[in-house]
Amino acid sequence: MRSGVIDKPLASARPQPKPRLLAAWTVGVYAFLYLPILVLIAMSFNDSKILALPFKGWTGAWYRLALNDQALRNSLLNSLQVAAAATGLATLLGLLAAFAIYRYAFFGKNTFRIAVTLPILLPGVVTGVAMLAYFSDLGFDLSLGTVILGHLVFGLPVAMGPILARLGQFPQALEEAAYDLGALPRQVFFGVVFPYIRSAVFSGALLAFTLSFDEVVVTIFLTGRENTLPMEIWARLRTDITPEIAAASTFVLLVSTAFVLLNQWVSARE
Amino acid sequence: MSEDLQHERLVYLEAVSKIYPSAQGNVYAVRDLNLDVRSGEFYSLLGSSGSGKTTTLRLIGGFEIPETGRVFISGEEVTWQPPYRRNVHTVFQNYALFPHLSVAQNVAYPLSVAGVARAEIAQRVGESLAMFRLDGLGERRPNQLSGGQQQRVALARALIDRPKVLLLDEPLSALDAQIREQVRQELRELQRRTQLTFIYVTHDQEEALALSDRIAVMNQGRVEQIGSPQEIYDRPTSQFVAQFIGKANFLAGTVQEVGKEFAVVDVRGVSLQADPGNSTLATGAAMTLMIRPERFQMGKYSTAQNQIAGKIESKTYVGQLVEYQVSTPLGTLKVAQLSGRGDYAIQAPIQLAWNASDCQVIPPPAQP
Repeated sequence: MRSGVIDKPLASARPQPKPRLLAAWTVGVYAFLYLPILVLIAMSFNDSKILALPFKGWTGAWYRLALNDQALRNSLLNSLQVAAAATGLATLLGLLAAFAIYRYAFFGKNTFRIAVTLPILLPGVVTGVAMLAYFSDLGFDLSLGTVILGHLVFGLPVAMGPILARLGQFPQALEEAAYDLGALPRQVFFGVVFPYIRSAVFSGALLAFTLSFDEVVVTIFLTGRENTLPMEIWARLRTDITPEIAAASTFVLLVSTAFVLLNQWVSARE
Repeated sequence: MSEDLQHERLVYLEAVSKIYPSAQGNVYAVRDLNLDVRSGEFYSLLGSSGSGKTTTLRLIGGFEIPETGRVFISGEEVTWQPPYRRNVHTVFQNYALFPHLSVAQNVAYPLSVAGVARAEIAQRVGESLAMFRLDGLGERRPNQLSGGQQQRVALARALIDRPKVLLLDEPLSALDAQIREQVRQELRELQRRTQLTFIYVTHDQEEALALSDRIAVMNQGRVEQIGSPQEIYDRPTSQFVAQFIGKANFLAGTVQEVGKEFAVVDVRGVSLQADPGNSTLATGAAMTLMIRPERFQMGKYSTAQNQIAGKIESKTYVGQLVEYQVSTPLGTLKVAQLSGRGDYAIQAPIQLAWNASDCQVIPPPAQP
């Protein structure tokens, strides 16, 4: 039968060998990437006094300990403050920079754009050392404030990127129509342009927050007496290595994952 | 300015030029343009792309500032005023409806930015939606509407705060051909009913002829001719206009004799009677005659002043009309006749006749 021949899937007509080697390789790669994280999560539940395997039984004790640990709680609070402040500033400045690039032709525009974007590529060590030298020349005391400024350096391009991309798609006619219908520049921005780029602003902010929340390298150079959560975890690794750190790290992982998923969700809604 | 004059000249452009710098030097998008649009008029700017018609509209809307010249709306100079200070609204080519707002919010936009009270907005939007046959669609988003509905939303939005002038930038070009004619009719009725001044940009001569009180034919940043559709069609003042609007035969000749009503013109040894229109003719001067293809009478006995024998060379049936190419001592002429009014075979000898008033003298191009 003619239709029977056509309907028959190709694969069954000529059976192919299953790509076992490829499957094994893929599993290997993912294991390499994610096994350490899984081990860390496992250790945070391990009923053992040291941060090591073997697994000796389930316990939530390390989480209770971490939650009641005043130093960890303070550092978490610091991290949230730093991330919130750096994100707020980065998003605001990123919005302004994106607008300047999108709207105006000015001398050195390309240089400006590159200069704003470059810190994403700069190693954290370079940013950290440079800013440390700069702040000490200016006579700034190191504090969470300087950490916020440090995070702002890479947060700004991260926040600006999606906004600029979205602005590039904005139909100019919408803006002209709004002006034409009597809207003042402020009304055009808040009523027409901003709703169009809102999801990009949000997405850039989420990304900047995530990066700031678990940043270590720049923070090492710029923090004073107060520690952020990743710094606290790192500092403790040298003194008391207990599964409490694994619990705190798992918490950081949870926050970051939540933000990445939120970002995905926001972008998908567009 | 007196009330009367204000009424006469609602929109007035005085020696306006708009220049765009380009690699080849400065390009005039609009050059020394003078335009006056009267209150309540349906005024069309007709031209091909690059003729400056859209730039002219943008100069009136406030999206462009002219390098020289001045723009007036209701007697007030607005040359430097931003769009939101001008009492004119635009219907854009692709309507530019706000995608994040509902239909009702789109229509309400001019009122909400002006700070009109909510209750009044709701009432006026309701009336407007009803007037533009958009009832029940107020909660939809623009992308859930058909092209015709989107166009009505754009019109409703532009008219809700009763501007003095409505600018329309090829508003029918985004519509399907089937509904275009119907929407065209609705536009004309809307303008009649509201007594508003419409300035309408189009490249479609048929649209301009069907809709306008007056048409400005534009070419390369200048106005070629301003007049009623009939004036433009019957008495084009340049060869460009005659060619751009409709079809035409052009005959080069010399003036033999200037009479009281008609002039006698020699074309290839044939004497023709022609209507000089507004041009002053001198005996012996070279000039061009224009005859529209449908103005010829074919075959039957005629008392028309001009007559000539010819032979049918080719024939194209286009439904409503049959278009012939007829070879005559004057050259090959385009002749159009209503279909079903006698059939002429190719190679058939034929007698062509036409009135002196249908034989229009085209003035030579003005010396710049």
